[in-house]
Amino acid sequence: MKATAAKPLPHPMEDLIRMDRIPHIWCSGCGTGSVFMACLSAIKESGIPYNEFSMVSGIGCSGRGAGYINVDSFHTTHGRAIPFATGIKMAKPDLNVIVFSGDGDLFAIGGNHFIHAARRNMDITVICVNNLIYGMTGGQVAATTPHKAKSSTTAAGNPETPFNLPLLAYASGATFVARWTMLHSRDIADAVQMALNNKGFSFIEVLSPCPINYGRRNKEKALETLRLYHDNTIIKSNADLSELDIDFKRGVVLGNFINKEKPSHDEQYSKIYHAEAG
Amino acid sequence: MKPAVLTGKHFINGDVACAEGAIAAGCKFFGGYPITPATEVAEHISERLPDVGGTFIQMEDEIAAMTSILGAAWTGAKTMTSTSGPGFSLMMETVGLAVVTETPCVVVNVQRAGPSTGLPTQGAQGDMMQAKWGSHGDYEIIAIAPSSPQEMFDFTIIAFNLSEKYRTPVFIMSDEIVGHMSEKVVIPKPSKIKTISRKKPKGPKNKFKLYKPDADGVAPMPAIGDGYKVHVTGLTHDEIGYPVMSIEAQEEMMTRLLGKIRNNIDDIIMTEQYLLDDADIVIVSYGVSSRTSYTAVDMAREKGVKAGLLRLITVWPFPDALIKELAQRVKGFITVEINLGQICREVQRCAGTDIPSYLAGHAGGAVVPPEDVLSIIKENF
Ligand SMILES: Cc1ncc(C[n+]2csc(CCOP(=O)(O)OP(=O)(O)O)c2C)c(N)n1
Ligand code: SF4
Ligand SMILES: [Mg+2]
Repeated sequence: MKATAAKPLPHPMEDLIRMDRIPHIWCSGCGTGSVFMACLSAIKESGIPYNEFSMVSGIGCSGRGAGYINVDSFHTTHGRAIPFATGIKMAKPDLNVIVFSGDGDLFAIGGNHFIHAARRNMDITVICVNNLIYGMTGGQVAATTPHKAKSSTTAAGNPETPFNLPLLAYASGATFVARWTMLHSRDIADAVQMALNNKGFSFIEVLSPCPINYGRRNKEKALETLRLYHDNTIIKSNADLSELDIDFKRGVVLGNFINKEKPSHDEQYSKIYHAEAG
Repeated sequence: MKPAVLTGKHFINGDVACAEGAIAAGCKFFGGYPITPATEVAEHISERLPDVGGTFIQMEDEIAAMTSILGAAWTGAKTMTSTSGPGFSLMMETVGLAVVTETPCVVVNVQRAGPSTGLPTQGAQGDMMQAKWGSHGDYEIIAIAPSSPQEMFDFTIIAFNLSEKYRTPVFIMSDEIVGHMSEKVVIPKPSKIKTISRKKPKGPKNKFKLYKPDADGVAPMPAIGDGYKVHVTGLTHDEIGYPVMSIEAQEEMMTRLLGKIRNNIDDIIMTEQYLLDDADIVIVSYGVSSRTSYTAVDMAREKGVKAGLLRLITVWPFPDALIKELAQRVKGFITVEINLGQICREVQRCAGTDIPSYLAGHAGGAVVPPEDVLSIIKENF
């Protein structure tokens, strides 16, 4: 009998992925790819032409996202995805600008840009893959690493306290704020759609495992992390944002917490400056 | 609403003239952060950009300002930022990103005396080497030094043209004295202003390679939304723009990046010469220091010393060949600059050790008086 090799099925997101760049760099067991896929499905489902999208990433494992999406995409410098995205948005406000990056990138080195873009209500969508660690550089402590968790620079446990990211985003002025885990692909995709529809600064935190550089050191196997995401999370969209600290013992709160209307920066600028000039 | 080109005679300072030059050149986006003595550039352009449908944003720091102009540049806009020493330092990582992603943009540095906070309200030319080497890795940069408000206008247009033509960041290395001095500035008719815009790609979109150069070494540049689906990265990349982590890819990319400037130096380098033909002593200067250098040449000539001036309009790339050629026939060089010997080192590097080369300079805060040049001549020649 003659064996014929089965033709592989096309990837459902083939039109949105740079197939010539696959395989990607993400480790097996990494959550980043799932977050990325959920984000792509939202883009696809939005029905908006792909030419009206632009993705910007900083540096890190998650920051490689921009390298795989088949829209105009920018892999910038560490921490600076948001100001790059700001330049794009303000120079061409019709574009949908998505920032896809890591917790270290967006909240340590890039923290100042984050709060200012939120304060301005810059109409961009920021998706943060929060793996609680600096994955790419080998597992150093991040601004999101839980107190007492181990990292390669806090071998005996993190002496610091992490940010509560949704609270920070809200306090800074974000008009859409959500948190999900990478297990919640459907919810992530819905959140990204809502974020795209929200004319303002949108922030989606997605908890995602880094089994290599966080799990290993903290005695948490990849599947155990997923179990925590499944068993120890509570969906509560009307939650008090100040109670969103990440503590799996108490239960981590997920949801689409904030979705409000407020004029975006480009709308305000154009109203005050271009309307009067014209 | 005012037009883009304010044709006529104006009495304005250098910073304002620079902003007007940018608008006349077609600048449509400015991301800034206030700093003395460059603040007036941002203030003035924030008023003017809306007239031409452009956008101004004051960012949270100079890193953000510099990064924002790169993002905006990829939408097809001509973009600019302005700063002084401390902000210039903060911009440096992003300057490297602009170089390697071949993103046209203009950065104005109205220099003040450094290091650190230094003398915020007093001029200097101490950032000249930082302009060349401030970001990590090897690269070539274009830097232009205006010496008057008129040149702040004229050279800003040249800076935009070079940045668009060569897809590279261009620095305008001004200083507090030129930035804050007010003089007559003549703005010509729009038809008399030559502006250049980046080449746009033609041909099929699916075959397009973002960094495949034309014969001139420069690749056409699409804008976001044009349908080319570009990927732009600061990682070492191939002609498509995709990251390739290999020695060969690094070599190929760097050869082209450096070559793009080095193979076009005849087009890029601009100098001015004054009484140089029969000169024994060459005074090399640039920016505000070239103003006092003209006086120094005249004073030397009055005393019977054959001095001449080589004024660098572009300081980077450096005119190696010209200095080498002069070194064959003159008795010595004096470099006039408001620092402790930055471009002077370049002159020495090119002139060699057989010929004397001196610095007329100081640590910053004021111009170099022509008398300083005269006393160097008196003591050594
Ligand atoms: C200016 C600068 N500093 C440091 C680095 C090194 N670096 C690369 S990625 C990274 C951390 C990334 O962490 P995160 O954003 O959480 O991404 P992850 O890899 O975890 O997805 C660091 C510190 C760099 N590239 N640039
Ligand atoms: S190091 Fe961690 S974050 Fe990076 S790809 Fe591997 S698992 Fe993912
Ligand atoms: Mg991380």
